[in-house]
Amino acid sequence: MILPRFLKEIFSSGQSSESIEQTDRGILVFENTSEVIQAEKLLKQGKWDIRVMGPPPEIRQGCDLIIEFPLIEELQIVRTLTLAKLPPLRVVPVTSPLLQPVDIFQIRDFGRHLMVRAANMKLTIDKELSTIVNISGGGCPDVPYLAASMIGKSLANAPNPGDIGHTLCGYALQLAYEEVKRRCSL
Amino acid sequence: MLAVAGTVPSSDFPLIEGTVLLRDGQLQIGKHFIDVNRGTPALLAAAVKTAETLNRSLFAYLVGDTGTGKGSRKLYAYMADALTRMRFETIAFHYLQPIVHWHKRIQVILRTLTPKPTLIADAGFMYAAKMSGEAPLYDLFTPDAGELAFLADEEAPHPFYTRGFILHEENQVPDLIARAYRHGNAARHLIVKGAKDYLASEEGILETVAHPSEEAMEAMGGTGDTLTGIVSVLIDGGMTVREAAFTAMQVNRLAGHYTRPSPATQITDMITHIPQALRDVLGQRNQNGT
Repeated sequence: MILPRFLKEIFSSGQSSESIEQTDRGILVFENTSEVIQAEKLLKQGKWDIRVMGPPPEIRQGCDLIIEFPLIEELQIVRTLTLAKLPPLRVVPVTSPLLQPVDIFQIRDFGRHLMVRAANMKLTIDKELSTIVNISGGGCPDVPYLAASMIGKSLANAPNPGDIGHTLCGYALQLAYEEVKRRCSL
Repeated sequence: MLAVAGTVPSSDFPLIEGTVLLRDGQLQIGKHFIDVNRGTPALLAAAVKTAETLNRSLFAYLVGDTGTGKGSRKLYAYMADALTRMRFETIAFHYLQPIVHWHKRIQVILRTLTPKPTLIADAGFMYAAKMSGEAPLYDLFTPDAGELAFLADEEAPHPFYTRGFILHEENQVPDLIARAYRHGNAARHLIVKGAKDYLASEEGILETVAHPSEEAMEAMGGTGDTLTGIVSVLIDGGMTVREAAFTAMQVNRLAGHYTRPSPATQITDMITHIPQALRDVLGQRNQNGT
């Protein structure tokens, strides 16, 4: 393990000012060091605010280096890495590496319309027309952009939020979108 | 005066500031025209409608951002300077990329303002306030159910990582409100939007509004933005946070009711009904002498 002093500071528990500074940071875990180096180069070329560090003790997968990154931009960063054939093994928040993305969906059937909520994002479709009629919730700046891009389009033709979104709100919308499609294909 | 800081969903929209008007269904700030839809434009349109009814005006700081955070960073930097030069009685922060170190820059300045403005946070800026551990600095947050679960989860850095046992539908809003206050992750007041709207403080539930009830409003994007716009203007107009919140919850629900919404209704349809709803709520109150 490298940089043990750094790790003690970064991954200390409690609400110290340093841990608060870390609350909007995430960790990318890779299979091997070669992938970390390639990913670092790619993300630095994209001018993302990242740094290579040692992993916290809770992370038991991957190699002995991780990349710390702005968590809110997880969707765009993972998309960039995946396109470069460098998908991370895991992505977790720095301050709570054991947290998992939301996996509970709240479903509301209005009759003709069906609404699926994932975390803070809600997607509503017209079941008869298979058309997206509303998107609500969320607080990141890509939400109004995603809504403008998707509302009024059919499920088959709407852009995928995973392709055009940037933030964790976009990621939550992607999960709601996948759940709607899954339910419509049943 | 009320100032609103937020974003519009365009990557090439410049950073602008100015008094906000509504002309033929579009927002106007100086020479710039902005379509009204969910997000900060919906908040501003609802705020203008409320302000016009009460003969007030409002100021906005806006920048284009489609989620990359570039526009938000520009606006954070600009606000860090503008807040030291300008004097506002009320400030509402809205759709900004939640970035902790930028929030901390703003928060340091907000603490120095004398007299301290009434501070309202919603959407991404509310996320940043919670992530920074500084929620109690604010006078009002306006979360919906999903965002309340995030505030209640002391571990979650974003709603996307809210833990399942907190998100579970069996958790009742009052319990989540109490948990958010227990961990210092709520503003002095919370309006929680939902099937029933709640106003809460650290002391507990202060007010609830459940009627009129339009189930379709849960699916409509922007109904929270309009509520935040209405309450911001009412606070700026001199009501206490409690009075303003209670009134805004009633007005927003009544405007929704007048729209006769379906889950496919768009927020622009509802915004046109805000002046009538506001007149009706305030008129009824005057009749009752309350």
